[in-house]
Amino acid sequence: MSTTTGQPELDTFPKLYARNAAQRPERPAIRRKDRGIWQTWSWAQSWEIVRALAHAFAGLGVGRGDKVAIVGSNRPAMYWAIAAAQTLRAVPVPVYADAVADEMAYVLENADVKIAVVQDQEQVDKILSMADRLPLLTHVVYDEERGLEDYDRARLSPVAALIAQGREALAKDPEAGRRIDASVAAGRGDDASIILYTSGTTGRSKGVVMSAGGSVAAASDTVAFDHLNDRDEVLAYLPLAWVGDHYLNYAQAIVAGFCMACPESPDTAQQDLREIGPTFYFAPPRVFESLLTRVMIRMEDAGALKKKMFHHYIAVAKQWGEKILDGESVPLGARLSYRLGEWLVYGPLKNTLGFTRIRTAYTAGEAIGAELFSFYRSLGINLKQLYGQTEAFLYVTCQKDGEVRSDAVGPAAPNVSIRLTEDGEVQFRSPGRFVEYYKDADKTRETLTEDGFVKTGDAGFFDKDGQLRIIDRAKDVGKLKSGAMFAPKYIENKLKFFPNIKEAVAFGDARDFATVMLNIDLASVGAWAERNNVSYASYQELAGHPRVYEMIEEHVDEVNRSLAAEPMMAAAQIARFLILHKELDADDGELTRTQKVRRGFIAERYAPLVTALYDGSNNADIRTEVTFEDGRKGAIAANVRIVDMKRQASQEKAA
Amino acid sequence: MSGADAIKPGETLLSVDNVSLAFGGVRAITEVSFDIRKSEIRAIIGPNGAGKTSMLNVINGFYHPNEGRISFAGATRARMKPYEAATQGIARTFQNVALFKGMTTLDNIMAGRTLKMNRGFFWQLLRQGPALAEEIEHRKFCEEIIDFLEIEAIRKTPVGKLPYGLQKRVELGRALAMEPTLLLLDEPMAGMNLEEKEDMSRFIIDVNQHYGTTIALIEHDMGVVMDLSDRIVVLEYGRKIADGTPAEVKADQKVIDAYLGVSH
Repeated sequence: MSTTTGQPELDTFPKLYARNAAQRPERPAIRRKDRGIWQTWSWAQSWEIVRALAHAFAGLGVGRGDKVAIVGSNRPAMYWAIAAAQTLRAVPVPVYADAVADEMAYVLENADVKIAVVQDQEQVDKILSMADRLPLLTHVVYDEERGLEDYDRARLSPVAALIAQGREALAKDPEAGRRIDASVAAGRGDDASIILYTSGTTGRSKGVVMSAGGSVAAASDTVAFDHLNDRDEVLAYLPLAWVGDHYLNYAQAIVAGFCMACPESPDTAQQDLREIGPTFYFAPPRVFESLLTRVMIRMEDAGALKKKMFHHYIAVAKQWGEKILDGESVPLGARLSYRLGEWLVYGPLKNTLGFTRIRTAYTAGEAIGAELFSFYRSLGINLKQLYGQTEAFLYVTCQKDGEVRSDAVGPAAPNVSIRLTEDGEVQFRSPGRFVEYYKDADKTRETLTEDGFVKTGDAGFFDKDGQLRIIDRAKDVGKLKSGAMFAPKYIENKLKFFPNIKEAVAFGDARDFATVMLNIDLASVGAWAERNNVSYASYQELAGHPRVYEMIEEHVDEVNRSLAAEPMMAAAQIARFLILHKELDADDGELTRTQKVRRGFIAERYAPLVTALYDGSNNADIRTEVTFEDGRKGAIAANVRIVDMKRQASQEKAA
Repeated sequence: MSGADAIKPGETLLSVDNVSLAFGGVRAITEVSFDIRKSEIRAIIGPNGAGKTSMLNVINGFYHPNEGRISFAGATRARMKPYEAATQGIARTFQNVALFKGMTTLDNIMAGRTLKMNRGFFWQLLRQGPALAEEIEHRKFCEEIIDFLEIEAIRKTPVGKLPYGLQKRVELGRALAMEPTLLLLDEPMAGMNLEEKEDMSRFIIDVNQHYGTTIALIEHDMGVVMDLSDRIVVLEYGRKIADGTPAEVKADQKVIDAYLGVSH
């Protein structure tokens, strides 16, 4: 299973840490901006600290198999604590630092945590407040002294003191050093390496146990895949408890020997990104989206010349940038023009964003709009998509350089096998596959198949190029009466990529055809109205405006065209649509607090509209109660027009 | 400042003795006496127009009392200029933020170090040798404050662009840069939302515990005052009507009347 060729014995992170300290002692391992200045620790220094801390942890009674909670933001001390626990063959359990006390207590209790390493007084308070629920917890170690001056020290120590204490002991007693070495050497690939708790969107969170060998093998595969080496650098700004941070930063850094930079504070991440200039970068689509929005807003305020130059060269990039990035042949004139654009626009822009040195960037987690994705790629940023899960120790699929698209997530990652069940559920087996859910054999059995595949719960299919496309959660995927697949989120996402469409709700499960309700985006459609001299007095009036309907109809038509191009989706083209007279709102219970549409609730609340979508009528009356921000209630009545769409012939039939 | 350093926590750092202040015919403060002990958090409260800000202005030498005396760190004085108060270790923040709006957070806090700079104007203009070494020292101190107040993200942001709550925090930072013995805070939480108030309270407690700074504060939010302060002075129409621990003050009938109103 291990792909660390030639050195099969390097199957745990502490062994690799020691290797880095021996092979590249002077190379930077970790950085943090402190008091405004970047501080750097080399691999040799870092490993020395990890050993000292491990010795001190052992003194607190931590041994093989014990659980060590890690609660805090991305700080060197937190990463050292993870490595120190692993050095003792104990199991680190990172916990989301913003979890409320009760959630945190659940995880610490469930994981049988023996000591907790936390960032500051806030976390100490949380843990002390629920000490009675945690009889196994014997000690709390903290990084920041502030506010803790008056606390009882019996079960509380600063991490700096532990490091100093361990250092002194190791210097005095060679035997102590040998004990640490022995513990590292005794580490085995099937040791539990870490327990990562899932965020628990469905019920209580589960502890996903990873093996050391599996983790190292998975990280080695992707390090080779993306050609990462010890000259690379990342900014570790993702939550510690999330598989993304542990994998992309911690695991890959130790395997490849590159440097992990910790932001000064969570608020400064954007500035720190610019100063560090990482070569490998990950962000969810909404980060890329908000960065682009910020750039565009700032360009609106720029002078006429700059604005013109910006838009001209962005257009050049749009036409040629991706082709140049993918190494396709491009006319000389275009190449020169792009070069000039790099000098005048793309370079400075990438510098502002901190993207100058990026060799590989990934995005994942949700669908990313084609325009947004292309924008970054056209600037020469090698942005790719991956599809992953905590249970896989991240990668299930990832895109190869030069074979990148926005609507798919790539073929199986190295050494990963993927299969689709008859219902379209994606199942995988991977080197980093989790061992079990901690203390939950039932759930483990539910998730793992007998032949060792993991059920992802996501529905997807492979397209012509062999790239996987994720459609929706498997349980949300329905069928039209004809038996054809109906994937509401897939259709909704396609619609929402149009800036004019803010929300979309698709219906069609067990119906004859698919229909959608849409929300226009007031900012975007409002700006369009201003440019086109369309006057309106209210959201409702704008939403019902014939010209807005015309414009949206074009968008829906375009979505139908793209659905028709996909054999599995062609039947679920949108037959009828309407534009809602009010914005869907979390205050009215129509959206969740994280802005996801609550399809079932909306179907009930707007039952007359749903009926009208399917009974052939051209308009429908609706009266809905709304809640104002101050809690008062009112009612909005409206007559909503319904538009019939022409459905495209499926391209497969046409071909 | 050796005078202030010699005083142990719990002993009187500043005492106001029978102070009266009048502007023409308007009596702002009438015969008020109280003391501030070293390392405590002392609140001055009272309804609008009770003379709280005037009291702070008297303490830091901006106003000169018509009668009475003030002794700080063992030295009694009748008249003192604000910069003398500053040299002696009294720093303050203002009810309406008084920062240099066009300067960055860092520069504003560095401005608080002015009195600690030994090198003259020309040395600083040269920015070489000892002047540079001194600047680095001061910068380090200011960075500690920035870290302490968790304002790293706005280090280089012009203060005028910051939201109000953050400006208040920068102002506190500038006052801390003076390494004050006594810190006067004039409504540090005015106009803040609940979360900002909680943050500010935390910082005030931390300043008090971490730097051992004695703090006198004026605040309207009673919840905050009762939580933060060790002792409270209550003023009404320029007179002291109560003085004691939060529990004592809360139970005092005169205070209840002053705040809730009473039929005369």
